[in-house]
Amino acid sequence: MSGPSKYQPTSAVGKWFHERLPIVAFAKDHALDFPTPKNLNYWYTFGGILAVMLVVQIITGIVLVMHYTPHVDMAFASVEHIMRDVNYGWMLRYLHMNGASMFFIAVYIHMFRGMYYGSYKAPREVLWMIGVIIYLVMMATAFMGYVLPWGQMSFWGAKVITNLFSAIPFVGPEITTWLWGGYSVDNPTLNRFFSLHYLLPFVLAGIVFLHIWALHVVGNNNPTGISVKSDKDTVPFHPYYTLKDGFAIVVFLIFYAAFVFYGPNYMGDAVNYVQANPLATPEHIKPEWYYLPFYAILRSINNKLLGVVAMFSSILILLFLPWLDTSRVRSGKYRPIFKLEFWVFCVVCVALGFVGAQKPNDTLSWIGFLLTLYYFAHFIIFLPLMGLLEQPKRLPNSISEDVLAHSHGKLAAAE
Amino acid sequence: MKKFASLLIAGSALIGCAGLAHAEAEKDAKAISYSFEGPFGKFDKAQLQRGYKVYQTVCANCHSMKFVAFRNLADRGGPGFTDAQVKALAATFKVSETDSKGDTKDRDGMASDYFPSPALATIAGLGAIPPDLSLITKAREGWHGTFNQLLNNVGGPQYVYSLLTGYEDPPKGVAPIEGKYYNPYFTSGVWISMPPQLTDGLVKYDDDTKPTVDQMAKDVSAFLAWTAEPKMEERKQTGLEVLVYLLILAGLLYAVKRKIWAAIH
Repeated sequence: MSGPSKYQPTSAVGKWFHERLPIVAFAKDHALDFPTPKNLNYWYTFGGILAVMLVVQIITGIVLVMHYTPHVDMAFASVEHIMRDVNYGWMLRYLHMNGASMFFIAVYIHMFRGMYYGSYKAPREVLWMIGVIIYLVMMATAFMGYVLPWGQMSFWGAKVITNLFSAIPFVGPEITTWLWGGYSVDNPTLNRFFSLHYLLPFVLAGIVFLHIWALHVVGNNNPTGISVKSDKDTVPFHPYYTLKDGFAIVVFLIFYAAFVFYGPNYMGDAVNYVQANPLATPEHIKPEWYYLPFYAILRSINNKLLGVVAMFSSILILLFLPWLDTSRVRSGKYRPIFKLEFWVFCVVCVALGFVGAQKPNDTLSWIGFLLTLYYFAHFIIFLPLMGLLEQPKRLPNSISEDVLAHSHGKLAAAE
Repeated sequence: MKKFASLLIAGSALIGCAGLAHAEAEKDAKAISYSFEGPFGKFDKAQLQRGYKVYQTVCANCHSMKFVAFRNLADRGGPGFTDAQVKALAATFKVSETDSKGDTKDRDGMASDYFPSPALATIAGLGAIPPDLSLITKAREGWHGTFNQLLNNVGGPQYVYSLLTGYEDPPKGVAPIEGKYYNPYFTSGVWISMPPQLTDGLVKYDDDTKPTVDQMAKDVSAFLAWTAEPKMEERKQTGLEVLVYLLILAGLLYAVKRKIWAAIH
């Protein structure tokens, strides 16, 4: 955002206040007037959708806490108390539980959109990296939230994931004990997860603020990937994108509501309706769907430490994406080879999720291993090479030229 | 086409991974249907009342149901007993209470009491602790497969029905196990510690329904679907209102959005 503010206080009180805290000008510049490329498609609405989901999760979560008891003997029963005795408790709980899945659906679409249109490239590296950190914090938050109902999968999921830290050489077991607050997953573990699950969403809100700040410094990327060159390329955020995002948000809420009201337990694991029992291991321990690709990577390597390293690397490698992609063209639209490889990469990620959901066997382990190799090859080999070898298509001169070309094409087709 | 492909991939990404748990039982549950299925499905009150009777006469001897109180039997969207009936039903049970002097006394059950759990002596030596039944139809899957579960739900009530009616002689060559019963619908292996429970005419129904094994299994599994999800009717009703509201709002927003953007394109 550059240029002088268009805000002019009209009243004496407004002027007095503006000179002391220009918050109204700030809001007007950033929420209303912010110049936004006029060619953003619906894939670009997921940022707004994510902001809404964060707010939904925080509000439903705060009310749930008013009725929840973080104690190993009472947590499961208190969730059932919410479901049965609290007014609209079932709705709050199902909104929160499915809200987590919706949050991840939206964040995955948002991330893949960024990858396709090259939204991580200069000057948006910091914006992208803040996004990766948001994703990491989200994963930690969702993991700890899943433990709170204290069902069988809550308990055993917590046990498996915290046990990963025991793979750290020399100090692993001590770190695990420290994380647990004891010698097993028990009441202290539940209590600290509860505390952190309440804290982290507000940390998230803070990092989201940084994410939007970084966005407003460099401006939106757009489907052509070319930078904004003149006022003709942009429209003010309001009313153009408040309405477009607003419409997309409501459509997303319809999708969300369909699950909350008609299939609230579809995305969850039935075993989690059995109270946690440290003496009975479920037959098939698996995390929620949004972790499955990483779970597959973890299990694809036959060495605990290396598996853990691979799993964390698979996320942390995203931080280096801006420098791994050597192409000077941002948008995948003009990169014929990248475009193809991008979709292969998407399929690989979905396939990893599928493998992660299955009970392990020899064939699947091999498939998982090959998919893991591809996952890393995409970042370390294909992205750097494609940028050097590929001949990109001709770019339009400006965003507005591209928009005009498209609407002319439509007119010609209509005639 | 491109858009379609990307939607397809995004779509499969989000449902492709959910609910892929592997079949633990040897056979999928029998796909019988209930009145409460589908977006407009409701519980059949008479069926829930019969199911309650089967539960109290048969299941409750060994299984607890910790999260359901007698008062719930009169709740909206449930079996629809009247308050007077609930009081009478609760009073048929004795609840032991310790008073301020430390004396334990039995008193008649009240509507606010939770269903009494079976005495420890009854369940000792059964070979396995009978699971609590409050949530059993949500805690078990009748069948598997991402799309199957999306279209047909997870099949918890069908699981209970199939288990109750699914006892068989072990196939040839499979040696029987002492104290275990062969049931291919059982979630953990084919050998279950619970003997077959239902026989024709075991429970005397208050209406004209014939208490066959099949009928009792249907009724009690429907009752257990209600105990696991007592707010189901309220949920579906609210869902309809929410969806109608959101659809209208989406239509209005789309119309305004198109109008405003018309000059830009």
